[in-house]
Formats: sequence, C-alpha cells, structure tokens
Amino acid sequence: MGYTDIIARYSDKPGGLIEAFHAVQKELSYLPEEVIVEAARIFNVPVAQAYGVASFYSMFSTKARGKNIIRICESAPCHVAGAAEVVAAIEAELGIKAGESTADGSFALELTECVGQCQATPVITINGKAYLDVNPAKIREILAEYK
Amino acid sequence: MVNLTVDGIKISVPEGSTILQAAKEVGVSIPTLCYHPDQAVKANCRVCVCEVEGNRLLQAACAMPVFEGMTVKTRTPKVLEARRTILELILANHPQDCLNCIRNGNCELQSLAEEFAIRDNPFENKVRGLPKDFSTPALFRDPDKCVLCRRCIEACSVIQSVNALGLEGRGVHSMVVPTLGKDLLESPCIMCGQCIHACPVGAIGENEQIDEFLAALADPNKIVVTQIAPAVRVAIAEEIGMTTGDMPMNVFVQGLRQIGFDYVLHTNFTADLTIMEEGNELLKRLKEGGTLPMFTSCSPGWINFCETFYPDLTNNLSTCKSPQQMFGSLVKTYWADKMGIDPANIYSVSIMPCVAKKFEAARPEMCSSGYRDVDLVLTTREIGRLFRMSGLDFNKLPGADFDPWMGKYTGAAVIFGASGGVMEAALRTVYEVVTGNTLEDVNFTVTRGITGIKEAEVDLNGTVVKVAIANGLANARKLMDQVRAGESPYHFIEIMACPGGCIGGGGQPITKANVKRVERIDAIYVEDEACEMRKSHINPEVTAIYEDFLHEPLGHKSHELLHTHYHNANKKFL
Amino acid sequence: MAEEMRIVLRNYGKIDPLKIEDYLAQGGYKALEKARSMGQAALIDDVKKSNLRGRGGAGFNCGMKWSFAASATADQKYVICNADEGEPGTYKDRLIMENDPQSLLEGMAICAYAIGANQGYIYCRGEYPQVIEILNQAIDQAKAQGLLGDFDIEVRSGAGAYVCGEETALIESIEGSRGEPRFKPPFPPVQGLWAKPTIVNNVETFANIPVIVDKGGAWYADIGNPAYPGTKVFTLTGDVNNRTFFEVPTDTTIRALVFKFGGGIRGGKKFKAVQIGGTSGAFIPESLLDTQVAFDAMSAIGATLGSGATFVLDETRDLVDVSTRIAKFFEHESCGKCAPCREGTARMHELMKKLNEGKGSSKDVALLEKLGRVMSYSCLCGLGQAAPAPVLTTIKHFPADYNAKLM
Repeated sequence: MGYTDIIARYSDKPGGLIEAFHAVQKELSYLPEEVIVEAARIFNVPVAQAYGVASFYSMFSTKARGKNIIRICESAPCHVAGAAEVVAAIEAELGIKAGESTADGSFALELTECVGQCQATPVITINGKAYLDVNPAKIREILAEYK
Repeated sequence: MVNLTVDGIKISVPEGSTILQAAKEVGVSIPTLCYHPDQAVKANCRVCVCEVEGNRLLQAACAMPVFEGMTVKTRTPKVLEARRTILELILANHPQDCLNCIRNGNCELQSLAEEFAIRDNPFENKVRGLPKDFSTPALFRDPDKCVLCRRCIEACSVIQSVNALGLEGRGVHSMVVPTLGKDLLESPCIMCGQCIHACPVGAIGENEQIDEFLAALADPNKIVVTQIAPAVRVAIAEEIGMTTGDMPMNVFVQGLRQIGFDYVLHTNFTADLTIMEEGNELLKRLKEGGTLPMFTSCSPGWINFCETFYPDLTNNLSTCKSPQQMFGSLVKTYWADKMGIDPANIYSVSIMPCVAKKFEAARPEMCSSGYRDVDLVLTTREIGRLFRMSGLDFNKLPGADFDPWMGKYTGAAVIFGASGGVMEAALRTVYEVVTGNTLEDVNFTVTRGITGIKEAEVDLNGTVVKVAIANGLANARKLMDQVRAGESPYHFIEIMACPGGCIGGGGQPITKANVKRVERIDAIYVEDEACEMRKSHINPEVTAIYEDFLHEPLGHKSHELLHTHYHNANKKFL
Repeated sequence: MAEEMRIVLRNYGKIDPLKIEDYLAQGGYKALEKARSMGQAALIDDVKKSNLRGRGGAGFNCGMKWSFAASATADQKYVICNADEGEPGTYKDRLIMENDPQSLLEGMAICAYAIGANQGYIYCRGEYPQVIEILNQAIDQAKAQGLLGDFDIEVRSGAGAYVCGEETALIESIEGSRGEPRFKPPFPPVQGLWAKPTIVNNVETFANIPVIVDKGGAWYADIGNPAYPGTKVFTLTGDVNNRTFFEVPTDTTIRALVFKFGGGIRGGKKFKAVQIGGTSGAFIPESLLDTQVAFDAMSAIGATLGSGATFVLDETRDLVDVSTRIAKFFEHESCGKCAPCREGTARMHELMKKLNEGKGSSKDVALLEKLGRVMSYSCLCGLGQAAPAPVLTTIKHFPADYNAKLM
C-alpha cells in the first residue's frame, strides 16, 4: 500500500494526523518529506504545520533511519541500573553511535526516556517490544532475533 | 465591570480584560515581549508575569483575565527576580551583536535589557550558530536572533494565510523555520515582509542594500535617479523622529538631493499612468468580454501570492506592470530621451514601502528598456538610515522641486498608498472617461479604511460595475476562492498584500500596532485633499507622455513597456 | 495500617483482561448501571463526597471537576482518559490497562453519563503498543455487549512526548497538533478538546470510579488520609529489595513504602534518599520518611505525590550524578513553548553537568537555586514548574554531595 492510501485511512478521524504518521512509519520507519506534504494535503493543514508536528514527537523521524528501531531508556531508574553500559555494548555490537543507523539499514539506535517497564531495569525496546533487565552480556542474543 | 486592585490602586475594568489591560488603566505598564496588540495571546515569553494574591504561581499579565476582588502586584521582589532571570535566559542564547543588528535601537529585547539593567548575565552566552537565510532578494532570516515569540508565524498564517513559517523540533532545539525546514525561497513565502513588523528583534529583516547605493553614488559614471512610492512620505517622518505625515514633500525631495540623488522623480507619476492603462484595460475587458473580475497588479506580494496559490487565476490579473516597474522602463527610454541622457548611465533607484519590490525589480522579465528597469530598491527604513547617516535637520531644510517629465502627480496617485486607493483612483478616471461627466465629489469614501474586505458599486452610464477591495492576504483568499468557484459577483478587485495597503508595507518603519497604520492612512487622505489635481487623467505630464511617446493607452509602446505577463511557478524562475 | 488495599487493582490477576465475561463475573458494569439509576446530579454529588482527588498529580477534586463540565452547555462534550504515563519509574496505569481494561472503560462511561458526553478518547503513550491493542479489544467487547450505550471510545496513540501528560498538551495532541500546553483559563471542563467541555482524568482516577459508585462516596472518603482519601498505587524502583508495585491507603508513610513494601535497601546498604512522584519529584531524606503519602502531607514537606513512582537510592549513590541525568530528561522533554522552561531546562542541565564533572563552583549552585526558584513559579505549565524540584531538593537535603564535587 502506498503512503497516500495509508494516510487516507485516517482522513475521517479528526486530528488523525499523528495516527497517520504512526501508520506510515510502521511501513517506512520514518516520515519522508513527500509523506508530510501529502498528509498536510489530506488533513487540510499547512505543510509548515504538519512538519511542525512530525518534528515535535520523538518517536517520529523526518530523516531516513534503520528498519529495526532500538531504543534505550536512559531515565533515572535505568540510569542507576547501568543503562550507560548497555548503550556502550549495543554501540560496540552494531558499530554505530546512538542516534545513528547501521550502514545496511537494518538497525537504528536511539536514546529515549522512560518506556514504562521500570520493574526490571535497564530496559530497551526494539520496534516497541520491551526487553527487561538487560545487561551487556545479553545484547548479542537479543539483536540476533532481528538479523 | 470587575473590581480589582493593582499595586494597591483600586480600579474597575470591563469583564474579560487582562491584567495587562487593567494595569495600563492605572498607569502601570507591564513589560512584554511575545505580546502583540493585534494578535492572539501567546503567553510564552513570561516576561509579563505578576503576582496574584492567593496564587503561588506567577501569572502572565497578557493572558490572565481579571476577576472580582483580584489583587495584583506587578513589581514585587519575586516578580522582578523572575522577569530579570527570564530576560537573562533569553539573552544568554542571543547574539551579543546589537551594534551590528538591523534592529539596533528599535528592538524590544534590547529595550527590555536596558530597562531591567541586565549587566553581567550569570548564564554563559551560547549562540547556536545557525546559518542565516539570504535566499530571497527581499528579506533575510537570522534564526540565531529568534526569541520564539511566534508572532511572525501568526502574521504569516493568520493575517496572510501564506503559512510559509512554522515550528521545527522541540524544547531548546525548537526553531521557527520556513516550510519543511528549508530556506525561504523554497517555501511559499510571498515576501510581503509582514513577519518583519511582527518580529520584536532582528531575526527577520529587509535585505538591506545601502552599500550598493553608496557604491553607485561613488561611481562618477552613474547618474542616480530615484522614484518615491506614494506611501513613503507619510511614514518617512517616523524614521527621523517626526509625527506621521509631517514631512512636507518638498523637504523630502530636498533631503533626497542632499543624500546624493542626481534626479528626484515620483512613482506617483506612473501611478497616474497606471490608472490610464488599467482603467482602459478594465473598460476593454468589460466591453470585449475579457476575463473578469480583473485584479489589480500593483502589489508584488499579491502577485507572488496569486502566482503561488492561484496560478489558475493569473489571467484575471491586470497585465499592467506596477507603477515601480512602469517607471523603471520609462526612465531609461522616454525620460532619458527627454533629458538627453544615455540610459546606459542611468542608475534607477526606487524608494518603496515594500520588500517584495526588491524581488519584483529582480524578475528577469523586468528589462523592457533594454536594461534592468529598476537597478535598486530601497525601503522606507533604509532611506531613514541614509537620512540619519547624513545628519539632516528636516525642520530647517529648505524645500526643493521634482525634476521634470516624471515628477508631477495627482491626488489619485497619492492614495495608491492606502488600501482602496487604487480602486478609488480608477473610479475617478473611469467614471469621467465613460460618462463624460465631471465628478462633483471625487471622494469614494466607501473604498477607504482598514476593513479587510470592502465593496462598492458604480453606475457607468447604465452599466453597474461591482468592485471589491481586500487588504491582507487572508482576506484576499476569501475573494479568490469565490472567483475560483465561479461565484464572484465583482468586475474589478483591488488587492494589496499588506494590511492597510502600502502604508503598512513590509519596508515601512516597524509598525507593531494597526493603529499606526490607520494614522498613516489618514495622512494619505490629507495629502490627497491638498492636491490641486485629484484625477489621474488630468495630470499634464501624463497627457504629455501620451502625446509625445506612448500615443494611446494600451497601444503598441504601452504593451512593450508598461505591461507584463505572469508565471505559474512562482520564484522557480529566479 | 500499612497493609495493601486493592481498589484500582482489585481484579489484578483474578481475571483474564481480554475476557469481558470475567470482568462481568466480578460485578463489572453494575456500577455503571447504578450510576445511570442515580441521575447525574446525585452521581456527581456522590463522587464529590468521596473526595476522590485526581491521581494524575494535580490532586483536584474529581467530582468538582465533573460538575464544571456537567453544568457547561454545549452540543458536544468529551471524556478523555490520560494514559500518557510518562513519568520515569511509573507503570501503574499500564498495570491497570493490561490487567483490567474494563474497569477503566466503566469509569469513563460513568463520567460520560455524569457530564453528558458521548465521545471518549484514551490517549495512551506510544511506548505501549501492546496496551493499545488490549484497550481496542476491550472496547470492542464492551460495545458488542451493548454496555457502553451511545458512548464511543477511541484510543489515540502518543508519539513520544512526556509533556503530553499535561492535560492541555494532551488535548492538542489528540487534535493532531504539537503537544504544547495551552494557557489556562479557560480550563478543559469549560473549553477543552475542539473547544468543547472536556474532562481529562488519569487512568487510576477512572479505575476508582466504579468502586466508589458501587460502595458509595462516604465509604471511600473514610479510607486513608481524610484530606486525600482512598488508595494509591506505587511503583518501586532503584535500590530496594522489592522492585515491584503496591496499592496502599494514603495514610501509609513513605517509610513503610520503602522498608515494609520495598523490603528495605538492597545489598545490606543504608538508605540515602527517595524520590516520589516520578522524575519531577522531590528527593526526600531519611528525616522526612514518616510523612504520609497523601497530597497535602507531601506538599507540606515540599514534595509531591505525582504519579506514585518511588525511586529509592542507597548510600553509595551520588545525587549530583542522578540529578544531572534528570536535568537532561527535562531538557529533552520541554516542549519549548515558554521561555523559562525552554531555556531554563537547558541551562539547568548545563550547570548540573558542569558540577557533575567537578568543574562547578558554589556560584553555580547559587545560580541553580535562583533559576529553579524562578522556573517553579514562572513557567507556563507543570512540566517547567516541577522540573527544578529534583535539583532544588538535592541541593537542600544533600549539600554534601554537591560540596564534594565543587572545584
């Protein structure tokens, strides 16, 4: 399904722009310029405004990024539980820094704030799925699921 | 009425008033930064915070409505500490280059820093170092100076319905950016410059060309000729500390000669000429079933708007060039010939209330004289700076006359500077030309004023001509949508991009409030009343140019020099 | 005293959340039926009488809020559930939604009846895609059974913005805009979503409603601390033995939370500090641990109850480091609309980083205090007002940590 059709599914939802962005991102992993322009047209808002929305929320990216999005929580409870070591381990495993994507386009690594799984810190999520009590030793195995 | 106490002073104010308004009534002026008298409440700068008894939180005076029994304190230690700290925070990421800033001496943030005696800012100065945007010939953006008050966004979206500006990002990384974070030229910006008036600081300004002007003056081979747009005289006074409208025209002319212009002529001459051409174009369209309604074409911001948003309606635009460009093509042909001057040596400078005029002059097609028709456009503000640079005392300066052939004008040209003026001027001439009668009263007051959309009807020998006038592009959009839908009842529509018309143009002295625009409009009509001639077709120099050179309105020469064509891909041609 | 009492988590572990029959078997939707039989005015009165105060952090009387929306005349009113649980260390709303989604829907339906609304939204944080699926299934089941009547509920997903937990920012986000708080007044019960009267309540608040209606306001008002009656769900994180959750009456003390329910400090270490209410909460020292976990009791010690997140730190923890991390959080989450928050959160982080790296002086600490004080009463919304609390309270209660790092 092309992005126009995806966006159009939400056109009768008042304020459905954000839902439409989520749906497109599920397919494309980010929001290319033409998607923002098209969504603005469909929801009848100025492009400048749609872009303002796309660039406001941290789950949206207006730049191309890897397909599998790894997000590492660095909020205080994860911070004291050793999130920094987990970040370092993933960076080493993928050969990229936080905020970057792998050259083959398979992974994007992002720092994030609390994901609400604080019963077992540190926590990472991959494409929204949470991994609890993560430590550097577990990283390779977790990432293998997505390779 | 609501009773409250402000700084110990009891007062009654209408329900729905804000603390800011109530305080003003008792002579307490609360400092503001994001507040704009003609815009929606923003409450985002927090500089206006006050104490309201019973509330731990300080309240933004610009937004907080008064209530019965309210006790407000506007200058407690808590309030002053908050305001000064907020100013320190804003100043700490602001470039500390006031001396080089285009708004030096006319900046709301600079004034606040002075009023609050901000000296040693405890926060380290950290400027983001964002690139400036000089993509358009009309205006620039300097995002480092932006204080994120968002007034420009409202001017661009609500007042102009252009929506070229928006927000990007979040928190300390958020910025005001043109569409999709690109540069202005790639955005739908129509270069009206209303954002410049809205900006409290120097984050947006005209593309200043004083250096080019001084270089031209210094070139012994160049004969520097100027034209003054109708809306400039009433406002230039504000630039040099005089009351709006108080600059006599002959003193203004003297001033221009003093700063080095070799010849001083007037755009008003070509404004009268525009009426001859445009009036006849309208009559021709009415008679021959041409595209109607016909739109005026004097306002380059409006032309950009039509080309950008209504490319399907560019045939409705009058093919008449704007008075600036008519002047440009004539000064290097007709006038050069009359004066015996080689047009190659003429450096044609126009003084405009407008920044879009800088873009208009740069359009590739604007060279029908065989040269660049207008070499340089200076705004009213730039001329103000040149006047101040020259140290002229306008109270003592003797008057001077315009140079011949393109310096005479009528009151009809003068009113081009105000919304409705082109329409009124056209009606004065069209009525007399069609009916053969002399107007008893030349004042069509129904076309005047700052109302967004005005309409009128004129009976021309049994044919009722319906006209409409819009100022500000959000208003224009309403009329355009009607035309596009095939439901427009009008024959002739005047549109000025800027609220109030050219007196409120993007190149005029910084105009925060609409009341200033109204003062300028009043001054325009005072000048019109004072003119001996008030109808374009009786201007003797207009008569002369048709006799000697153009021969007839809409004739061959006119077509070549005074008319133009439009694009449907605005700006891409630059 | 100091025993668990489950009201909002009453069905936790007892039912299959995806089987509405299970919920009905526990007496579910009887409260909605009862509410409808009471009439709107009596219903709101009873909720007022319960003195249930909003569990999202602001602690406003719930029945009072409803009465504002009920008395507003409008062609359309809305009920919104704030499920944008973004406070670090908090997952109590997720527990309710994952384990007992129908109790939330029933609470919303009761509110809708009380104020005269027929459209509801659940604004669930984007980090909980699995919860959104559960909610959608629960809504379908309730509709299929005809339990919601003409009340429709739609789930909207957040997209990663902590500030959307602020009710007007949340409303902006549902409208498809940037999640930036609005200036108040007008308040949402008068002018909220699409400028219509709107009630925004937290998940935990709504989950209390069916029980209150069922057992009566007076019953509820009698539980816990009288000024802030009922129970509160706490999620314990950090250096405690039991990193888990509890629902306790509001007259429970912080000490009981940490040492009884939390099982004390891990690894035999000593207690140093506890931060309650999420990352915008105050850090509380040992000397104040006998405070009750009720709204006003917490205010009295300069703290907040917030979301009920309870973040415990042992004696080895460096509060300058932790507060620096928290300052970064607020810099990241400030929406940028108002100047003191936009600039202030960034400066606070900058100054804390400087101190944490051992490059700061006592002048920087004094500047932080001034900045924090000003932000706490000048910012447009609760985010900026609360952001300085961790820094201000660690400076106040744990000066040694700062002194140790001064240049």
